[in-house]
Order: sequence, then structure tokens, then C-alpha cells
Amino acid sequence: MTITAQQIEPAAVTPKPTVATIARDYVARIRGGDLGALPAVLGLVVLCVFFGIMRPAFFSAGNFANLFTQGAAVAVIAMGLVFVLLLGEIDLSAGFASGVCAAVLAQVVAVQGFPWYVAILAALATGIVIGLVLGFLVAKVGIPSFVVTLAAFLAFQGTVLLLIKGGTNISIGDEVIVAIENRNLPPWLGWVLVILIAGGYALVQLMSLRRRQARNLVTEPLAVVLGRIAGLTLILALAVYFLNLERSINPMINSLKGVPIVVPIIAVLLIVWTFVLHRTAYGRHIYAVGGNREAARRAGINVDKIRISVFVICSFMAAIGGIIAASRARSVDPNTGGSSVLLYAVGAAVIGGTSLFGGKGRVLDAVLGGAVIAVIDNGMGLMNLSSGQKFVFTGSVLLLAAGVDALSRRRAAATGNR
Amino acid sequence: MTPLLEARGIVKRFGPVQVLQDVDFSVPPGEVTALVGDNGAGKSTLVKCISGIYPSDEGEFLFEGNPVSIHSPRDAATLGIEVVYQDLALCDNLDIVQNMFLGREKRSGLVLDEPTMEQMAAKTLAGLSVRTVKSLRQLVASLSGGQRQTVAIAKAVLWNSKLVILDEPTAALGVAQTAQVLELVRRLADNGLAVVLISHNMNDVFAVSDNIAALFLGRMVAQVRTTDVTHAQVVELITAGRSGNLGLPPAENGHELMEPTIPGAKE
Repeated sequence: MTITAQQIEPAAVTPKPTVATIARDYVARIRGGDLGALPAVLGLVVLCVFFGIMRPAFFSAGNFANLFTQGAAVAVIAMGLVFVLLLGEIDLSAGFASGVCAAVLAQVVAVQGFPWYVAILAALATGIVIGLVLGFLVAKVGIPSFVVTLAAFLAFQGTVLLLIKGGTNISIGDEVIVAIENRNLPPWLGWVLVILIAGGYALVQLMSLRRRQARNLVTEPLAVVLGRIAGLTLILALAVYFLNLERSINPMINSLKGVPIVVPIIAVLLIVWTFVLHRTAYGRHIYAVGGNREAARRAGINVDKIRISVFVICSFMAAIGGIIAASRARSVDPNTGGSSVLLYAVGAAVIGGTSLFGGKGRVLDAVLGGAVIAVIDNGMGLMNLSSGQKFVFTGSVLLLAAGVDALSRRRAAATGNR
Repeated sequence: MTPLLEARGIVKRFGPVQVLQDVDFSVPPGEVTALVGDNGAGKSTLVKCISGIYPSDEGEFLFEGNPVSIHSPRDAATLGIEVVYQDLALCDNLDIVQNMFLGREKRSGLVLDEPTMEQMAAKTLAGLSVRTVKSLRQLVASLSGGQRQTVAIAKAVLWNSKLVILDEPTAALGVAQTAQVLELVRRLADNGLAVVLISHNMNDVFAVSDNIAALFLGRMVAQVRTTDVTHAQVVELITAGRSGNLGLPPAENGHELMEPTIPGAKE
């Protein structure tokens, strides 16, 4: 009772945020080392300008559509990897896990002759089983994820070979599966999707704003919320506009326009997983386990269950990635999900701003980073670089992204921003 | 006044090592009880018995006058006993509200109910007269040591807890932040909670506590009103187990010191 403590730090009156303070906070965050998706967005702009100048064909409508179909599989696998990376774990087997699932798909639909939905269900189930096994070995047996998934990397490579009977490839003729990467939505449906997504986003944002206002909580200014809605609508509208342009050389014979079917699939996955990560207790617990496992355990969170579940999500997404890859190639061969797929996927997540150290990252990061990877791959293809040059360049970009992550983390630690 | 929590004859052994010997300990509501003792005296073990992490081998607990059994941290939490450990157990990558509700999130259906959580967190912090945090949506990583301690304490009292045990809350803090946290500790007691404060720092103990309980080699040697003792007496109780007519009788004390039981004990 003898305390004479002064309120040393001044009693801060929480000011109502305005556009100016929000802009200032954002700049302060960047300077404090919390870069978020900024490197990915800047990189995307710089790369697009560079390739656009070097090869004008880069900006053609046809090439724009190619970017989506080329990057789809990697972006989807990267989305799953974000969950594993959020816990500070790694899944090196995600690439070949997608290969195994694609091989299962091909076996069921092309060799055994089952309908497409059976094949897709079989591929997805394979992904879930793979994830359960990996997660069990990591969380319950206690083998480091690096070792488990490195072993699985090798084993899955072999499994693909076994499934497609060594060396040959299985071609997929099923129309529905091929359509995923090779057919487009009718142009009007593209616009309907823009309205649905932008409208839904606006509704969610404005309702949350009103709920907070009703409870007298600190709210963002309406201008910022409206700006975000307008920005998203503009980006979606522009993308759909360009995808709806005619990109066939001879439209009279074979018209080619509209949003590739894979794009709404990615959009749905992005929305669903973002919802899970940010709006559910399960997602909150993933961040908690990634940030401080002991604190999460003491808070009563079942840490083992969370750790197993992220491997399941990752392998499940790898299965979807495998289906997309099989659809794009119209076949499955021993290299499906191999070579650079895994590194591209990890690179996509990290370039987008997901930390390799755990606790930080979003599903959107994977899509942004996937776009960067797709642009690099596509642009270098247009410039006729040899595959040696491509590998060196992509490796350097991945290293650069990981370097930015490590350095910004150090800066964040110094400024107390994490 | 009936104590909120009363421990009677608590014995805890780790194999052949008897860490707590017949410990009596009572915690009155609305007061700060300082639990002092040297390293290895059994402070942390006693707290872990109270919070259900270790089962006690003998003895009983009375909570609000009724005998209770505390077998797990969940039992303790159900009774309204919360412990703030020295390492605070906060997630740096989550904000203040997210940390306060970690593991016990409010939801409406499947979705997290952020406005309700934010409102409850704001109310709790206001109830503790915490004014030093800029925004409830600040990441814990950006908080100072004192502010983190504050968040950890607020997290403990959020659930209408009745007894809050603080394990060396000021050990890692500077002068100004120590004062802030002690002020908060005092306020908890003034709000009617029972507070147990583990501390090595005599200044802190005398600044906020109403009672002092001294452990010496696993025995509760004295539980006295803070106003009845001096610094020097408490230090003697901690280091020698007795001070004047307080504590252990002289002969037994010498005998106790010969016993080679304690070195293996976990503090």
C-alpha cells in the first residue's frame, strides 16, 4: 500500500484512426521490418515492366491467360505449404505428393476407367492419407519434419514410378479433368463472378464495420474500407476484362476467350483457407502454435492435433495441385510434381511474405508469390533462355526472398515488431 | 475472515526427496500474500501443487471453506485459480486481444466473435486501470516488459478468477515498470481477488504484500502480517528458517540443516 508509482508512460488516449494515421502506421510498419506482401507486389510490377519491354508479346491477352494456367499448380501447392510454414515446419515432399496423387488420378480414370469424380476423390483421399502419415511421424513420433519429408520426397518419387509402371506416361482423355486447365468460362460468367466476389467482399467488410461501430469499438475510417473494396473490384474487373479478350489467332475457326476454369477454383480455395486462418479458432490456434508452442499448450490447445492437421491440409492441397498439373499436361509422367515444382512452391510462399521461421504468413501470400514465380518462368521462356539460366535465376530469386525474410525479421526484432 | 484457499499439511516427495514437508498455507481474499524463500525452498513446487500440475502426496486443500481436490490445471481453473508464470506464455505474433482469449475464444457459430472479445478485453484492462497500451490490436511483440506482464495478468483475471498466483512478476523489469506492475498487483487485491506473489525482492514484498509466508527447506516456517515484521527478520526467516521467536525452534533447525535432502529438488 506504500506504492508511489507514477504513471511513467503517459496515458495514451486512443485516437480515432484516420486515413493519415493509417498511412503513417503502414510506413512505420514497413520501416520496422514488417514488409508483408510488399516485396512480392513490387517484384511483380518490376518483373512485368522488364519482360514487357524486352518482349512485347508478354503483355498479349494470350500470354496473360497463360500466366494463370502455368502458375496454378504451384500456387495451389504453395497455399498448402503456408500452413506448414506457419508452424515453422517444412514439407519437402509436397511436390512429389502432388505427383503421387496425379498418378492415382491417372490410374483410376485412364487405366481403370472410372468416372472423373471417382478419380478426383481418390486423388484427394490419397493426399489426406499422405498428410496424416507425415503429420503423425512429425507430431507423435517426433522426427523433425525436414527429415520425414525428405525421406517422403524420395519415397514418393519412387511411388510415382511404380504407379505409372516405370518410365512411360499415362495420358488422360477425360473431358472434365482436362477442362480444368484447358477450357474457359463463358465471358458473361466471368463478370458474374466479379460481381459475386466484389459484392461479397463489400458486404463482409461493411457489415463488420457496422458491427464494430454499434459496439463503440475503434473502427477504420469508411474511406479506407471503401478504398479497399474499390481496389479489389478494379483488379478483378481488369483481370476479367483482359481474360475475356479474344486470344485465338483465328477466332472464326476456334474462338478462345474467357476466364480459365482454374482461376475460380484458386479463388475459392483462397477464400476458404483465408476464412479458416483468420476467422476461426482453429486458424487462430495455428498462429499461436507457430508463435509460441509452449504458450499454446498451456492455453489448452491440442498442439499435436494442430501439427498433424497442417500436414493434412498441405498434402490435400498438393493433391489438388497434382490434379491441376495432370489436367494441364493431359497426362501424368514420372516427372509430374518433380523437378522444380516443390522449390517453386516454397519460393512462392516465401516470396509472398510467409516466414520460414513460423508464425507469420497468409494464404494470399502464396498466390502473390505464385504470380511472381509464374511471371519469371513465363518471361524467361519468352526470352528463350536456356533451362540452365532459368534454374540459376529462379534459385537466386528464392534466395533473395529468403534473405529478405531473414533480414526483415532481424530488423523487426530490433524494433520490437517481430 | 475465512481464507479463500487453505492448504493443510501438504507433503510432496520426488522419490526419496521430500520437497514439501507438512506445509500449511492460507491465502485470504482481497489481500496480497507474498510467498518467499530461498532457491530450492519449495515455492514453485507449492504453487504447482496448488495449480494442479503436481499432485500432492499428502494433505488437503480447502477452497472457500470446502475441501476440494485439485488434480489438473483444469481443476484449478474451474475453481478460479490462475497462475502467471515467469515466462508469461504469450504469443509474440498475436495481438493483445488474441493472446488474452487464446484457447478460450468467443465465437458465434463457427466464426470468431472479435467485437465481443475486444470489448471484454477492453473492459478488463480498464478495470485494472491499464492505460499504457496504445491499441488492443497491437502485437504483443511490440510491447514493453511491463506491458507484457500486464497483458499476462489481465489474461489471468479475465475469467472471473478468484486467486491469481504471480511467479516473480518483476524479476526481469526495470524500476519504472516494476512500479507499474506492483501497482497492478495491489489493484487486483483491492478488487477483491486473492493474490499470491512469489518474489525474491524484499522491496517488492514490503511494497505490496499484506501477509508474508516464508518457506525454508520445504517447511512453512512462518506466515505473518507484513506490518509485524522487519526486512531483517524476513531475510533471517528465508536464510536460517528462524528469527527470534518466529520460525523453527533452534534445535530442530540445526537438525534440519544436516539433512542432505534438498539439493536435488527442483526449485
